[in-house]
Parts: sequence; C-alpha cells; structure tokens
Amino acid sequence: MKILGFLLLLSGWAIALTAVALLTRDAPRVAFVLAGVGVEILGLALVIRAHSIHRGELE
Amino acid sequence: MSALAPTLSDTSTALCVVCILLVPLAGAGLALINTGLGRSRSAAQLMMSSLCVLSVAAIAYLACGFAFQGLAGQPAHVAMIGGKPWSWLGSGHLFLHHVPLDNSSVLLAVLLGMLSAGLAGLIPLGAGLDRWRLGACCISTAVLAGWTYPLFAHWVWGGGWLAQLGANYGLGHGFVDSGGASAIQALGGLTALAMAWILGPRRGKYTRDGMPSAIPGHNAVFVLFGCLLALVGWWGLNSAGAILYNGAGAGAAVLVAINTILSAASAALSAALVTNTRFGKPDASLTANGWIGGLAASSGACAVALPVEAVVIGLVAGILVTFSVEWFELRMSVDDPGGSISAHAMGGLWGVLSVGIFAQMAPGALSAAGETAAHRGQWLAQLVGIATLIGFILPLTYGLNRLVNRVYPQRVSAQGERQGMDLYELGAGAYPEFIVHSEEFTER
Repeated sequence: MKILGFLLLLSGWAIALTAVALLTRDAPRVAFVLAGVGVEILGLALVIRAHSIHRGELE
Repeated sequence: MSALAPTLSDTSTALCVVCILLVPLAGAGLALINTGLGRSRSAAQLMMSSLCVLSVAAIAYLACGFAFQGLAGQPAHVAMIGGKPWSWLGSGHLFLHHVPLDNSSVLLAVLLGMLSAGLAGLIPLGAGLDRWRLGACCISTAVLAGWTYPLFAHWVWGGGWLAQLGANYGLGHGFVDSGGASAIQALGGLTALAMAWILGPRRGKYTRDGMPSAIPGHNAVFVLFGCLLALVGWWGLNSAGAILYNGAGAGAAVLVAINTILSAASAALSAALVTNTRFGKPDASLTANGWIGGLAASSGACAVALPVEAVVIGLVAGILVTFSVEWFELRMSVDDPGGSISAHAMGGLWGVLSVGIFAQMAPGALSAAGETAAHRGQWLAQLVGIATLIGFILPLTYGLNRLVNRVYPQRVSAQGERQGMDLYELGAGAYPEFIVHSEEFTER
C-alpha cells in the first residue's frame, strides 16, 4: 500500500505537469492540474494509512 | 520570474550582505526551539546535531549543491518539451570552480544558498528529537544539501522550469517564492515528515490502544527565546531572498520586514487564541509553533503582499499549524515533538499558495518582471509548485532517506533511547547537576 501511495503521488505530479505542458486552454488545464492534485491527495492518504501505527505496536 | 539581478547596486549589495549575515540567527532559533521541545536528557546531542547539520550542509553545498542549483542565466541541463525549454538542473562545476570570485551577486547567492540548505537541514531535527542518531542526521543532511535542496532551488531560483512557467506557459510571473517558503520551509518540513515515518515514534509515545501520551518539552524559555531569535534571522532570509532572487530593490527590504513580523505576530496570536479557547489557557509550545508557522508562511509573499494581507496570511497559518499539530499526532500517529512538519511544511505550503491568492506585485517588488505584468494564472503556477513538492519532493526525500537507513540505521537503539541521547552518543549530559529519576531508565 505504501508503494502504491508513492506511485500515486508521482502520477498526480505527472498529470499536473502534462496538463501544463500539453494543454493550452485555461479550463482543461486547470481541471487537469486539479485532478493531478486530487490523485496526489489520494496517494498521500494511502501513504499515511500505510504508516499508521498498529495498535500497541510501538508501545 | 526569479531572475537573478545581473549586477546589484552597492547599496543593495551591502544590504544583502547584512541580511544574509542575520540568517544564522534563524538557525540558532530553530535549534533552541527544537532543544526546548525535546527531553532534557537529549539536549546536548540536539544542539551538537544542529551544529553538525549546519557544517555538513555548508560543505555539501560547496561540493556539489551550488553546481546543481545554478543561477538564472547560467549553464543548465535543458530538455525541450513541446518546443518549450524545461531547465531541470544546473550544470556548473563542483566545488565552485565555475564561480567568478569577483562577482558579488553570485557569491552572495552561494552564501545564501549555503545557509538556506543548513536551515532546511535543521527542520527535520525537530521531528527526529530524542531518537535520531548524530551520524545518521549528518548523512541525511549531506543528501539534502547536496542534492534535494539544490534540485528544487534550481527549479525555483535558478531559472528552472517552475520559475519559467510564466514566460513559457503564461502562468502569471511563473512560480514565485521570495524567501524560501517552498525551497527551504516546505522542503525541510516534508523531509521532517519522511524522517518521522522512517524513525517511528518515541518509545512510550503511543499506548497499546493507539492513544498518544504527552511528553512535554523540557524548557519553554528556550522555545520562546528561540522564536525571537528566529524572527531576526527570518528578516535577513526574506529580505536577502527578495533582493537576490526576485530582483527587488534595497527599499523593498522594509516592506519585507514589516510583512514578516506581521505574519509571525498574527500567527502567534491566532494560535494563542485557539489554544486558549480550546484548552482554557494559551499553550506556549503551540503558540511558538504558530509563530514559526507564520514566519514560514511569510517567506512566500513577503515581497509581494500588502501588510494587511500579511496579517491574514499569518492568521490562517496560526490556525492551520495549531490544528495540524493535533491532526498529525492524533489521527496520523506521527510523532513530531518539535512540530516541524506542521510549522514548516504546512506553513510553507500555505505561504506558497498565499502568493497566488494575495500577491499584488507591490511597488518596488518583483521589478525584474515589471509591476504591471499580468497576474493571471499565478495561482495555478503556485499550485503546480505545491504539486511538485508533495508529488515529487516528498517521495524523493523519503526514498533517499530510506536508502540511507538501509546502509546506516538512523534510529538509535532502544538502550540509547532509554538512557538518553546525551549519555549514549556524547558520553555526557547537558545538565550534569540534574537528579536522574531511576524510573526513566526502567525498561517497560
């Protein structure tokens, strides 16, 4: 899950960059950058969940 | 944006030198804050680590950092994508061999870069308090100052692709960061998050049912005095950054100083107010975190926002940091004793975004781009910068530090943690006259 989360982080960044590089009209560019950020948030949530401590593990 | 002024006037050069010489006070402030928020039995090791981090950062930046960072207008590795140049890495020589020693602008950038890399390296220390080995934090800092920081700093300040988003794609002035909200604060804060994940929480921090235990800092005076020192350092950092990287004139330093203190002040007050409302009394450590969060946020728009906007930036930063500290500790089970992640990462990211929201391109600031240049799309450029920090820099710094951890374990042994970092790593405590309570050494 951790690796998947980091892959999603990188994918979100790639989506945002691609949108900036390839799209010229404002609306689709903004939409795709926001979509990239959304993918990053999903990835971050996965990484956070993967790192959450199991109950009592580090007590 | 972010074009280095080719030549600075004598006044700007003199002011810049003075400002840069203030920056170590920010480091001293952060070191005191981290020490005060840690345990007394690890105080000397933390101060020693801070000194070593600054030393390693200076050497690593000299060795290869500046070569990778470069400056606008200097040779760089450029990829052509869709017919547009994407400068992604400086191509200077190692050990400053390409730097003309009579060019004060370049030398000033080298000096500021060295200190900035050290400052970014100090930030993760707050997240690794009481358990991060001295040798490991030196190696980690070498990686940060020699590669991660210069890479991102090139994109922002070295004429890299983020800075060129305006010229190439019409996104406002391109990514703007006057004083290092992204390259120093957010980058250091995200590295702190990576380190907190890699190191894991301190022993006894979380109970079997996952609830965090309070481990209060050992010296509130250190923490609060560190905040005052940090303010002076931040004045220097923000002013020097605005002059060197944004092409602002010497007069802009006054606006920068006003915005910096207003942001910190409103952040501290909002944090004190929030904690007073929630807990019945203002919390000193959270107020200190709010102050630092306000300073970190101020670094983004200090040269381009109006004073009243700096107050708003600080107010939001103080509230954000206060809730973020609790969120990281309770919901995410991240043990960050110094509040580095909340103050620097969250504060820095908010500071980056605030440029897109508030920047008015105030008179005297950003003169290199022209005050009348279109502001359209600025927020999108800032958002791309945030996406880069979270989507690329966080995985990068996490991966590199995991690699370091494999070669050289970063967390101290259980025995060292029980004994205290001072005795275990340095052989002597910071406060030898203290009475040691035996139960602290009892294995649970």
